[in-house]
Amino acid sequence: MSDAIIESGNVAAAMAVQLARAEVIAAYPITPQTPVTEKLSELITSGEMDAEYVAVESEHSAMAVCIGAASAGVRPFTATSSNGLLYMSEQLHWAAGARLPIVMCVVNRGIGAPWSVWNDHQDAISQRDAGWIQIFAKDHQEIVDSTLKAFRLAELTHIPVMVNYDGYYLSHTYMPFETPEPEQVDAFLPTFEYKHALNPERPESLNTVTLPDARRDVKSIQRGGYMDLRHNLHEEMRLAIKVWQEIDQEFQKVCGRGGAPIIDPYRCDDADFVVVAMGSLANQFRDVVDRLRDDGLKVGVLALQIYRPFPNSIIAEALQSAKHVMVYEKGLSYGYQGALYGDIKSALYPYPSRPCLHNFIVGLGGRGIPTESLFQTVKTACVQDEQMSPAQADEPRWIGLQL
Amino acid sequence: MNPGGLDYNYEDWTTIMNMTAKTSVLNLTQEEFIYPGNRACSGCGLSILYRIGLKALGRDCIFVVPPSCLTVMQGLFPIAATQMPVLNCTFASTAAIATGVRAAMKRLGRDTQVVAWAGDGGTSDIGIQALSGALERVEDIIYICYDNEAYMNTGVQRSGTTPQGTLTTTTPLSGKAEASKNIPAIIAAHNPAYLATCSASYPLDFHDKLLKAKEIKGLKYLHIQTPCPPGWGCEERMTVEIGRTAVETGLFDLYEIEDGQMKLSGPSQKLLGKTSLRPVREYLEMQVRFKALSDEQINVMQAEIDQKWAGYRDTF
Ligand SMILES: Cc1ncc(C[n+]2csc(CCOP(=O)(O)OP(=O)(O)O)c2C)c(N)n1
Ligand code: SF4
Ligand SMILES: [Mg+2]
Repeated sequence: MSDAIIESGNVAAAMAVQLARAEVIAAYPITPQTPVTEKLSELITSGEMDAEYVAVESEHSAMAVCIGAASAGVRPFTATSSNGLLYMSEQLHWAAGARLPIVMCVVNRGIGAPWSVWNDHQDAISQRDAGWIQIFAKDHQEIVDSTLKAFRLAELTHIPVMVNYDGYYLSHTYMPFETPEPEQVDAFLPTFEYKHALNPERPESLNTVTLPDARRDVKSIQRGGYMDLRHNLHEEMRLAIKVWQEIDQEFQKVCGRGGAPIIDPYRCDDADFVVVAMGSLANQFRDVVDRLRDDGLKVGVLALQIYRPFPNSIIAEALQSAKHVMVYEKGLSYGYQGALYGDIKSALYPYPSRPCLHNFIVGLGGRGIPTESLFQTVKTACVQDEQMSPAQADEPRWIGLQL
Repeated sequence: MNPGGLDYNYEDWTTIMNMTAKTSVLNLTQEEFIYPGNRACSGCGLSILYRIGLKALGRDCIFVVPPSCLTVMQGLFPIAATQMPVLNCTFASTAAIATGVRAAMKRLGRDTQVVAWAGDGGTSDIGIQALSGALERVEDIIYICYDNEAYMNTGVQRSGTTPQGTLTTTTPLSGKAEASKNIPAIIAAHNPAYLATCSASYPLDFHDKLLKAKEIKGLKYLHIQTPCPPGWGCEERMTVEIGRTAVETGLFDLYEIEDGQMKLSGPSQKLLGKTSLRPVREYLEMQVRFKALSDEQINVMQAEIDQKWAGYRDTF
């Protein structure tokens, strides 16, 4: 294990990609992802990293290069943010449908219009149903570790993985982190082998038009139709939760870090009030929780580390003894409520204990999230005994509006 | 020596030597790279060049294909009409996907030729950005654009290369108002390693241009005109005749550009010696899609062709 490095989150991501020995890097600059691109091109040009750097002309092409490389059996990587991610959207679905083990860092940022270069989660949330696994890192160390583990996850499940981390809050701040030694990574992450890799010696036609119904091939073997392939993607994505847990254990053996791959609870054991959040926001809440505990309130914060596949039963079980659950999030499903809130609500439905739920929207487009206002809103929610109608209680509350 | 049955007129002896090595029906490989029977319409110009093109490219190739008639022609899962490895990709991304495959081949230390094969829509419209990027980066790939001058796969809608006045399902009644874009010229402005135009009516010309392209590093672009009976409104048996007429009227020229130098190829070069070419009207009258053209429009077209050829006669 190397000594602690103090660097930006973007550099942490680039270092992880270097350690993972990604071989084809294609990326297009967009704030706040740009320094990842710059760092990787610098590492490759200086010879510190042995890979092809393809300076593509768009994000659509960045993902295209990754799709081409992965289909030919070579480990690719890209990173993007915001509109760049949306520009890739067609390719995201393609990569997932083609079952390609691509890893991408998404440095979360608000989406235009109007332009915003600042952080929120709407970019990732808008691509929730593209068939990608979505991981959220809370700090620099998690950026490194999750990115390394993401390569393993993608290659074991044949599902692409997005490692999300907050623009500016994590991408541009400097924090200490450690990186494993290259030998440790090599022990953990074997070389990528793809049995369907494009190869003239074993010609295969990939992603051909697939009919609604199953059909026999020339050897009379029945092959699934489109819907069957989609079913498999879904089922294997569900299984990915377990695979991610196992990978975390392996990683822990090799690198000594991990233990909370799905949810990362902080002071939740006896908590009556549990805050749920993703990304750096969950870490910010730790201070809030400590202060509320000092005030005698039994509060905890539960960080959600993986958003898709959604670990519904793990979350629901973790919330069984809570009386109130407050979901704070930086992205929403317009016209309804916070996307995460809706998911948590539905996860709890089959379970005997259904805590009171509260939804808070914070920090869109980089709107400041003062710890004080988190403290106050949680506290108010904890102590309030005013009765709201079910419909009122289910509406998201916006924190920090300046209307 | 005149193997293609064509009246070549090269001065340079090395060129003649290369010429004599050229392919004829006598020495064209009998090996087939596609299976008999595919989903192309009968009389499809693309299917002619696909079959012959594969013979030139050989087995050590990977194909990248966006949605188009070729997607369907190559077979529907789990049956393939082609024997080649194919990566089907999204409409806009052909050249970028090919870039990724090429980068992978480089990493794997393989010389495998990466061949992007797209329609005119996939090339000149939605895919032009990715192609321009690949050209600028000098990707080592072969890019073939088969130009049937409309979006055929979706049922004959206008594309950037649809000629002015052409009837398509999105330019009904009076035909397309705008002139077509000259894609080879746009590609040429990127200074590619090699550029050639070809026609379904001269498959061996295409074959040998591919042989040449295989030996060149960098981006090789081949623009092939492929008549399409249902889209062009003609009988299936007319495909080759129409393609030949396009060349002989001087409308569609066969040429190569290497090191920035343009050179007419056999069938077009032969026309330089003629004082007048077949009138373009002959070509237009063979196809229902040109029914909306007025005499005046045809005269303008003829004048443009005459002017182009006057220029060629001065240059070559
Ligand atoms: C992003 C996207 N837009 C539109 C389509 C629909 N589409 C499929 S093939 C095609 C036309 C293809 O035209 P061309 O490239 O000229 O090939 P051709 O069908 O003529 O062989 C279109 C519009 C698509 N598949 N993807
Ligand atoms: S529509 Fe035209 S290009 Fe497409 S398969 Fe039929 S003949 Fe060929
Ligand atoms: Mg077309």
